[in-house]
Amino acid sequence: MAGNNVVGVLFAYVHGKRISELTTNRVMASVPFGGRYRLVDFALSNMVNSGINKVGVITERDYQSLMDHLGSGKAWNLSRKREGLFLLPPFGTDNKRSDGKIESLASIKRFLANSHEDYVLLSDCDYVCNIDYKDALKAHEKSGADLTLIYRKGSSPEGIDANIYEVDENGKVTDSIVKNSGNKDVNVGMGMYIIGRRLLMNLVDVCMGRNIVDFDRAVIRKCLDEMKVNGYEFKGTALHITSMTAFFDANMALMDADVRAELFNANRPIYTKLRDDMPAKYGLGSSVTNCLVADGCIIDGEVENCILFRGVKVKKGAVVKNCVLMQDTEVGENATLNYVVADKDVSIDRERALMGYKTYPVYIAKGSKV
Amino acid sequence: MLPKQEVVAMLLAGGQGSRLGVLTKKLAKPAVPFGGKYRIIDFPLSNCVNSGIDTVGVLTQYQPLELNEYIGNGQPWDLDSMNGGVHVLPPYQKNKGSDWYKGTANAIYQNIPFIERYNPDYVVVLSGDHIYKMDYSKMVQFHKDNDAACTIAVYEVPMEEASRFGILNTNPDGSIYEFDEKPKVPKSNQASMGIYVFTWEKLRKYLEDDEKDENSSNDFGKNVLPCMLNSGERMFAYRFEGYWKDVGTIDSLWESNMDLLNPKVELDLNDESFRIFARTPVMPPQYIAAEAKVQNSLIAEGCNVYGDVDFSILSSGVTVEKGAKVLDSIVMPGATIKSGAVVQYAIVAENAVVGNSAVVGERPEKMENLDEWGVAVVGPNYKLGDGEYVAPKAMIGEEV
Repeated sequence: MAGNNVVGVLFAYVHGKRISELTTNRVMASVPFGGRYRLVDFALSNMVNSGINKVGVITERDYQSLMDHLGSGKAWNLSRKREGLFLLPPFGTDNKRSDGKIESLASIKRFLANSHEDYVLLSDCDYVCNIDYKDALKAHEKSGADLTLIYRKGSSPEGIDANIYEVDENGKVTDSIVKNSGNKDVNVGMGMYIIGRRLLMNLVDVCMGRNIVDFDRAVIRKCLDEMKVNGYEFKGTALHITSMTAFFDANMALMDADVRAELFNANRPIYTKLRDDMPAKYGLGSSVTNCLVADGCIIDGEVENCILFRGVKVKKGAVVKNCVLMQDTEVGENATLNYVVADKDVSIDRERALMGYKTYPVYIAKGSKV
Repeated sequence: MLPKQEVVAMLLAGGQGSRLGVLTKKLAKPAVPFGGKYRIIDFPLSNCVNSGIDTVGVLTQYQPLELNEYIGNGQPWDLDSMNGGVHVLPPYQKNKGSDWYKGTANAIYQNIPFIERYNPDYVVVLSGDHIYKMDYSKMVQFHKDNDAACTIAVYEVPMEEASRFGILNTNPDGSIYEFDEKPKVPKSNQASMGIYVFTWEKLRKYLEDDEKDENSSNDFGKNVLPCMLNSGERMFAYRFEGYWKDVGTIDSLWESNMDLLNPKVELDLNDESFRIFARTPVMPPQYIAAEAKVQNSLIAEGCNVYGDVDFSILSSGVTVEKGAKVLDSIVMPGATIKSGAVVQYAIVAENAVVGNSAVVGERPEKMENLDEWGVAVVGPNYKLGDGEYVAPKAMIGEEV
């Protein structure tokens, strides 16, 4: 099986600054999403479902919540005698210009050297998607490329750096430009790369030696100049978490039955840590419409267009609309919320009213009392 | 030799549960789904773990396939431990032939070698057909304090119902002087819950004696316990207070599920200090559509609700299509209620499909003769056709 010939490496920490509110005390990978998940669940499950059973997760700092979540990797079937999940410890870096990917790969040199797989799959944790990497690997092997870049077609996000690729009719990547102005109908890099393991180790050595550390610009440029680089288009739904608004919209996108059917494909399930909550309880006089609700919720009020994470309580008379309420948030009696993103363990007292706007949801920090 | 365990629990999970009809045709009773995301066996197993008992033997015999798979290595209950843990114990072949488990006592007798491996002081014998939360360690302590050979948990039932139960008559100090199986004129209302603590040394002796008695049906209630009492062993009744329900019949299974929706019933499944653990399927959160109406219900993950749900329990992965109504009912994992169907006072079993505009069950207030009313059941994997009707109290299922 091809998958067993691949070792996965996840950059758990990159892109966190784009949603700095949610990453104050956690890395990008452990940002909660979709009622019961963390972003890492998608990246990790995609690898596991593609037959990859050795995954290294690179962390930098504030990784306690990530470690809590991942534990031994059991929930992803990655707690095993051979291979499995490897949490790769933080690394030091003085170079603040880049995301430190090359430095972090240099710091896990031993992990890479001790692996026996021929290929490495690198991935960030800022996409919510259900991708079968087996197809991408097949394409990589068939094309004989040294490096395969995974991209999606569509518009690139405004205001943040995105890799835009030029791909010719044979699938060869001819150019890569980093842009931060939104562009329509372009090939947007998804931060997922397939490369030979030895080749990657050499590349890291060479780049470190010459201080070529800006991954998206210099390293990719170098690869384009010196290697055969192909593109692989992912055609499915890809929700890109680039800002608080994008985070909010991506959560709301789950209300679409087609999006849910694709993301939560029963043959390629998205795994996550279990909590053993009881099923959600809907009280007398509760009204819930167009909502995604996780186990352990107790709803006695009115909820519309919301994502309720595990253990959320909405008391009688409360009216909650267009909100993302994370784990164990409590909304008091007769409180009114509209366009609010509440982090974990937030408690909103009775009669309070909080109102954001579609393009600017109000964010309430973890553990706050309103 | 394995490290000693002070207490070993033996869970009797081999019964056929024939009173549950189509629900247990291909499924052992302890594996019957309960409360949206649980199975009956989650209650005794979680009780064990919450009581600090981490060596549990599960005695299986009847239709064990799904139950075995469900228990697996015991990881959902933290019973995948280095010492002890959960062990599924089916009957097996010995060098002098092989035997099915003839009765509850014989099932334990055949597993004496398993119990001896842990050299326990006490053995707790449990059954897999009750819904309750109980800290067995308190009962074991009670057993020790009384220096008893056997302690039986009892539950106070209403006096008028006492004649349906096995009743224990006790002295003022709690010691048992008489067993009264389904007495016509009950002297007390202390019903046996089928939960026993034995001092292992004593139990082993009585099991061995019982095995030698050819007239014995090798049953705890009928043979071993009366024999112990007649021999003058110290036997005590341990009074349990809290929620307890036998879910051996369709009606009691339905009622017990419905009790979860009753705020007055003391069975808190959300209590973090005494969790009921379960093997949970990997599913996304439930989706409640804009046109759905949901009230007074318990809904598990993976459900898609587009219709009306009231006073009901939807288990993992259930779909209720647009215009369908589910009222006062239990829908088990993976079932689909198609558009326009009405399910009321009913149990729809695992992966069953209720066709478009089909009707299952009836409301009791609409019945002329209440004796004809009862919970309707659609069996596992059964596909009820469009517009078909399942009468109250009726049971419909695949031919086996």
